[in-house]
Amino acid sequence: MNLNLLNEVTAFIWQEGDMLDHGEYDAWLAQWTAKGTYIIPIDPKQTDHENTLNYAYDDHHMRQLRVQRLIGGESISTSPQPRTVRTLSRFRVLGDDGVNVTVRCAQNLREFRKESLKHYSADLTYTLVRAGGGFQIHRKVISLINSDDTLAGIGYIL
Amino acid sequence: MSNLIPAVNLAVDPADLVQADRVHTSMYTDPALFDAELEKIFHSTWIWVAHESEIPDAGSYKTTYIGKQPVIVVRDRKKDIHVLLNRCRHRGATVCEHKKGKTNSFVCPYHGWGYALDGSLRGIPHPESYGDCIDKAELPLVSLRTERYAGMIFATFKDDIEPLEDFLGAAKKWMDLFMKQGAGYGIKVPGEHRFRFPGNWKIQLENTTDAYHFPLVHKSFLSSVDEQTLELFDFVKGPGYVEDLGNGHSVMVMIPELIDLEADLDKPIPERFEALAAELRDEGIEEQQVRRIVRAVGGTGFNLNLFPNVACSMAFFRVLQPISVTETEIHHAVITMDGGPAAANRYRLRLHEHFQGPMGFGTPDDSEAWERVQKGANAGEDLWIMLNRGLPGEKPSADGLISDVSAETGMRAAYQQWKKMMAEAQ
Repeated sequence: MNLNLLNEVTAFIWQEGDMLDHGEYDAWLAQWTAKGTYIIPIDPKQTDHENTLNYAYDDHHMRQLRVQRLIGGESISTSPQPRTVRTLSRFRVLGDDGVNVTVRCAQNLREFRKESLKHYSADLTYTLVRAGGGFQIHRKVISLINSDDTLAGIGYIL
Repeated sequence: MSNLIPAVNLAVDPADLVQADRVHTSMYTDPALFDAELEKIFHSTWIWVAHESEIPDAGSYKTTYIGKQPVIVVRDRKKDIHVLLNRCRHRGATVCEHKKGKTNSFVCPYHGWGYALDGSLRGIPHPESYGDCIDKAELPLVSLRTERYAGMIFATFKDDIEPLEDFLGAAKKWMDLFMKQGAGYGIKVPGEHRFRFPGNWKIQLENTTDAYHFPLVHKSFLSSVDEQTLELFDFVKGPGYVEDLGNGHSVMVMIPELIDLEADLDKPIPERFEALAAELRDEGIEEQQVRRIVRAVGGTGFNLNLFPNVACSMAFFRVLQPISVTETEIHHAVITMDGGPAAANRYRLRLHEHFQGPMGFGTPDDSEAWERVQKGANAGEDLWIMLNRGLPGEKPSADGLISDVSAETGMRAAYQQWKKMMAEAQ
């Protein structure tokens, strides 16, 4: 097991989670590749996300719009903004071809908004691209364990 | 001393709760009314259960609910469609727990009673203990009366109500118009967003013909679209209209130029669709069909509300399912062109994701507004919900009544049907 690589990707993904919990969206947007895709599927068995219905299938433009919606103050479901704390663990490097590193980890996220505390658990699968001594996100798939159940509004970035 | 115990007051006359221009707040909050609605509305009229494309083959099925009763919608070997109560005739267990799939039969997991796709009881394990005291012909899965129009499948518990097409009446031509977004390929429902909100089902029913809320509740959505789309969605002061179509059905036309998707195919292709049009031309699709696809890809310019549980809403089907007096489940079923170009269908999928679902730019704000209605309705139990918008300009039309696009005409239509059904002796 390449513990150096495991440490590097863990540090990168922890940093991303911290950015999202603390609303550092410009920094978050900047660490994606130009063609990077952010995906939250519905059907756990589906692999062709591009040609099926998801909760989110965001390119760079949609990620920017999503951030703007969250901070713009025009949306009654995100004002007040939800507070989130996410815990990331169980990191495993699934593949490394020298350029792209595929990583899977567990995310447990608590959300508080108004009078309600909610809990979402998900497998996260990243394709990270080595760039300038660090990484960029090329693909992030958030597989909620209850993705095919009824959900309520999610007014933040998973 | 039982004469001193006050009787539970079920004596409210539902007819007193609906006036011409308002409905009473207890419509959202009274559990006894909710129970009565299940019986007098959901168990007494045509309820939408599926689109044909959700069960394409022999053995394809989906499970859903009519009111709170679990049902299976299934195609048998001859491809006939059945709507069956999802309840074993032995001791009552559900015989199917999957949302959708394909099967040869339904077998109860408790004692192994097996049913064919048409619901007939085929097998009972260890039948000897029954001797001659059981007749399999008497114990099929209960099959409901099922009829279809324009690919939409409805079922009812009532054998004596009007045929589906009579019930739909003037709504039928709008259903036909809605299906034109298949661009000649036909309509397919390949998935849906499902969510719940803590509020009464009628709050959502109202919303489908509520243009008034759009610029305010959906401001963040409007900020996220291009100039042309923004212009298109600036419909509250525009020439659109709401029409009462009878039997509780209504249509809200927001964008009149998008009523008939097969008209005006020679008009210039809007800028936002140019990239898609180019991609379709590159695939070798001829120009007229490219124009037909591109015009259909964004959906229609109207919301058709079919009382009580389904709407053909611009580019998707909106389905509501009552859970309790204060909770409702909503499905936003996406529509694609069945066998149509993948590029066009991707466009439709991304449009749906943009507005609908728990992470859409529209749905969560609607949910928030409805949740607040339910919460606010706990205050002032003697107050009324006002539905008088657009009354002064309301006029008779060929199919019913018509008023401006942000009139509450569609809501009044639904509540008049509610009143009629709730007042009827069963």
